[in-house]
Amino acid sequence: MLEKFSFRTIVEYLPLFGQGLVTTVWLSVLAFAGALAVGIVLAAMNLQRGRLFRMPAKAYIDAVRATPLLAQLYFLYFGLPRLGIILPELVVGILALSLNSGAYVAEIIRAGILSIPRGQVEAGVASGMTYIQRMRLVILPQAFKVTIPPLLGQAIVLVKDSALLSLIAVAELTRAGQLLASDRFMPAEGFITIAAFYLLLYYGLKGLAALSGRWLGLAGART
Amino acid sequence: MIWQQLQSIAGSYPLALRGLGMTVMLSLISLVLGTLVGFGLGILRTGGNRLISAVIGAWVDLIRGTPFLVQIFLIFFILPELGIELDAFTAGIIALTNLAACFICEIVVAGIRSVPTGQVEAALASGLSRWQRMRQVVLPQAMRIVLPPLVGQYVLLIKDSSVVSAIGLTDLTRVGWLVVQRVPNGLLVFFLVGLGYFIVCYPLIMLARRLEQRMGAAHGEVQL
Repeated sequence: MLEKFSFRTIVEYLPLFGQGLVTTVWLSVLAFAGALAVGIVLAAMNLQRGRLFRMPAKAYIDAVRATPLLAQLYFLYFGLPRLGIILPELVVGILALSLNSGAYVAEIIRAGILSIPRGQVEAGVASGMTYIQRMRLVILPQAFKVTIPPLLGQAIVLVKDSALLSLIAVAELTRAGQLLASDRFMPAEGFITIAAFYLLLYYGLKGLAALSGRWLGLAGART
Repeated sequence: MIWQQLQSIAGSYPLALRGLGMTVMLSLISLVLGTLVGFGLGILRTGGNRLISAVIGAWVDLIRGTPFLVQIFLIFFILPELGIELDAFTAGIIALTNLAACFICEIVVAGIRSVPTGQVEAALASGLSRWQRMRQVVLPQAMRIVLPPLVGQYVLLIKDSSVVSAIGLTDLTRVGWLVVQRVPNGLLVFFLVGLGYFIVCYPLIMLARRLEQRMGAAHGEVQL
């Protein structure tokens, strides 16, 4: 019964929640770094003229976007041992999050690069710049600005998605809530507390996204 | 080896069909309900009443700020404590509908705000009632902005329906989980599960893309 809502139990379990929160944060940071790496490679492949690079990147992005993260997570969790690759649950989870978010990051980066007006590229060509110079000196600095707010939006999605790792027994924030729910039969205390922690992370990232929009001078930047 | 496993998997096709049926049912019901509630919330939120607007905004933020898995657990485990008996299926529908409604609300608000104020003023000057303004002037124009992300949202909804397997509903993902206990080939089993989702979601993704291109290109009226 909710009238027996036990703050004492929450306080008692606070170290567990703290550990879960810390795990959620650093595994999200690692997974996001992985997603950036995957996304940059995919976006670069996707922007090539030749089909040889473009087709596999497109196929990968479509496959990831058209299937649920949970199915992808189980694919790796049950599938990797089959290939003789035995990894701890945590590593499998970070891998799944990176590979999943990477596809979305790739689309964000691609949209950012394509948002640069054609005249900029032509001016670069007219100035006698090579492809690499144009990318490095003209396109990427401008594209970088517009990608920051949507990338932070993707970071928010990633943090929330990381809750699914509790289903393969990774000891993160949601798992801590499940433990309290099952050990003490206190689902309200467990799940409301972790919801509050997730909201903390959400508002933090959302504030950061709004600030970055203002710093970068983007009008009406929203995530 | 693979052949035997394929046969073994094929043997569990009644289970797979049930799982697919469950995924489709969950998605369809919550898609319809979520769209209705989402449009209602979006219209209310832009309606001008500050209190209503703030309450809806706060609720949408709460839902957008927490993982869907946690929302399902909250609904499935806590509503019974409040004296509301519900089974896993109802809990899944409530959670998915609520999630869809909140995201669709945001999409509808963005669409309504994209309609130039001159249009509303012209409608006012023509003596149209509030409901007439919404139905005949604002919404038809807002649909141009609303439609592409709305279809994208349906894809997210179908994918999110996989998370309800966590409270024991036998949907497509859960079927994969059950089959992989018997047939120890996770790659094959979850490739097939993924294929099931892909067949449903990919056409919708293509549709969203085409709508986006068409809406971006033409400024004409949209046929609903």
